[in-house]
Amino acid sequence: MANHSRFTPGILKKARWHMQDNQVTPESVFKARRHIVKAMGLGAIGASIPGYVQAGLFDLFGEQPKTSFITTPLTFEANARFGQDEVRTPFDKVSTHNNFYEFGTSKQDPSDNAQRYKVEPWQLRIEGEVERPITLDYQDLTKMFPLEERTYRLRCVEAWSMVIPWVGFPLAALLKKVGVTSKGKYVAFETAFDPEQMPGQKSRLMGGGIHYPYVEGLTIAEAMNELTLMSVGLYGKTLLPQNGAPIRLVVPWKYGFKSIKSIVRIRVMDKQPPTSWNQLAPHEYGFYANVNPAVDHPRWSQASERRIGEGGLFSAQRIDTLPFNGYGEFVASLYDGMDLRQFY
Amino acid sequence: MFNITALRVSPKQLLWVKLVFHLIGLIPIIWLVFTVLSGRAGGDPVQHIIHFTGIGALNALLATLLISPIAKRFKLGWLMQTRRLVGLYVFAYATLHIVAFFSLDLLFAWGLFFTEVAKRPYILVGAVAYVIVSALAFTSFKILMRKMGRRWQTLHNGVYLVAILAPIHFYWSVKSEIVEPSLYIVGFSLLLAWRLPIWQKMRTSRLAMAAKDKQ
Repeated sequence: MANHSRFTPGILKKARWHMQDNQVTPESVFKARRHIVKAMGLGAIGASIPGYVQAGLFDLFGEQPKTSFITTPLTFEANARFGQDEVRTPFDKVSTHNNFYEFGTSKQDPSDNAQRYKVEPWQLRIEGEVERPITLDYQDLTKMFPLEERTYRLRCVEAWSMVIPWVGFPLAALLKKVGVTSKGKYVAFETAFDPEQMPGQKSRLMGGGIHYPYVEGLTIAEAMNELTLMSVGLYGKTLLPQNGAPIRLVVPWKYGFKSIKSIVRIRVMDKQPPTSWNQLAPHEYGFYANVNPAVDHPRWSQASERRIGEGGLFSAQRIDTLPFNGYGEFVASLYDGMDLRQFY
Repeated sequence: MFNITALRVSPKQLLWVKLVFHLIGLIPIIWLVFTVLSGRAGGDPVQHIIHFTGIGALNALLATLLISPIAKRFKLGWLMQTRRLVGLYVFAYATLHIVAFFSLDLLFAWGLFFTEVAKRPYILVGAVAYVIVSALAFTSFKILMRKMGRRWQTLHNGVYLVAILAPIHFYWSVKSEIVEPSLYIVGFSLLLAWRLPIWQKMRTSRLAMAAKDKQ
């Protein structure tokens, strides 16, 4: 199955799924919201009540700084081959609609609870079936490899999707640096385990019953595929904790839960590693978890998805889900001869 | 009908109690609107809205089923007159829940709506519960109660079926976070168990014994 020679970045024509940019202003949602709150008469109410009550009221209902975590701009080159033309999901939504159960199971929990998460110092260990195991520290994550920006679709297993401009480097570059041995057939990933900082790991009620630390895995061929990205940023800046700071995986042809966040360990192995959602509900979440409209989740359809774009509540669109999330020309051959209904 | 010496309240006082119940029912909806508009429900609050209104329906159902135990235990016969009001909030929240699912999640895809209801057991269970709740809401008028006679009570016993189906629907719908739905299952089980004939009998015999002791 391991087919290293597939990793040959060639000259690529523009993929057929590329769409034209809809000249929409990303900030518009954000601003419209304020207008609505104002229009609803909060101002008029405010004028009639004492100052201290007012402060409380605006504290409750007004805008709050959602991202007090400090991010820094990154130096990178835009990779024009990957979806630069697609309409992106605004940063505001990318940073406040997250599945990261380490910080709580609601979509807004990670942005609410992760702002004080410490990512510096950080250590990412690469070990196992490799010739030169290494440990990257925080600075290495953004300095060791040249960074590039790629806009990928992210399809969640819950049937919603986003389009996100990631900044990062191919996982293949990292694996080449450490040198995978002939016994290396799979790659295992592990999220940080720090119950003091991650309330979901401390309390079962908050963490949704996942057995922590969160673990994920890929075959070596999937890991070496040119689409597989180690992301250290999005929208040009370092990652926010809710998006998986300081470093995360992005596997755009698989359901979002495969793209493991806040990684501290990568282990090349000779056998298939356990993966968190598969452990929790094996009949609902497989090891491969390739985006596949033909194989429904037992409890909901995967044939279509809610694309979260720009605009208000009703602006999302129901679009057809594509096999391999539209990345079939890069990855379909990895699964030649495999029954994707059996290996979902 | 009830073995209680009703603590009297005036119609005016009852009106106030009902007003308070209305406020308790409406404040969460106002809260939801504000949290969504102010961005506190996240960048894409669709799931939050669906979950919030679903929980609202469950809570209103719990409240509805709590009324007669409380009225009996504390001898507050008049409290029974608020049960229709509280029950209608179950209908209101469940309606918002389904409208949110259909409009915000499915984005008015009728085809998908019907196939999902038919194909997904947890949605089917919820849909059956909603059909029953709707039937109870539409027949909750006094005039229909009189017209339907005994059949009215038979129909409205359907609320017990809803009390079984609704928490199952919740438990079945979540990805992994089963603590909260489990608590609802326990809560509804207790409220249903309280109504089992065997417990009813034990309560009345205990009351009778207490009355004898006094003599």
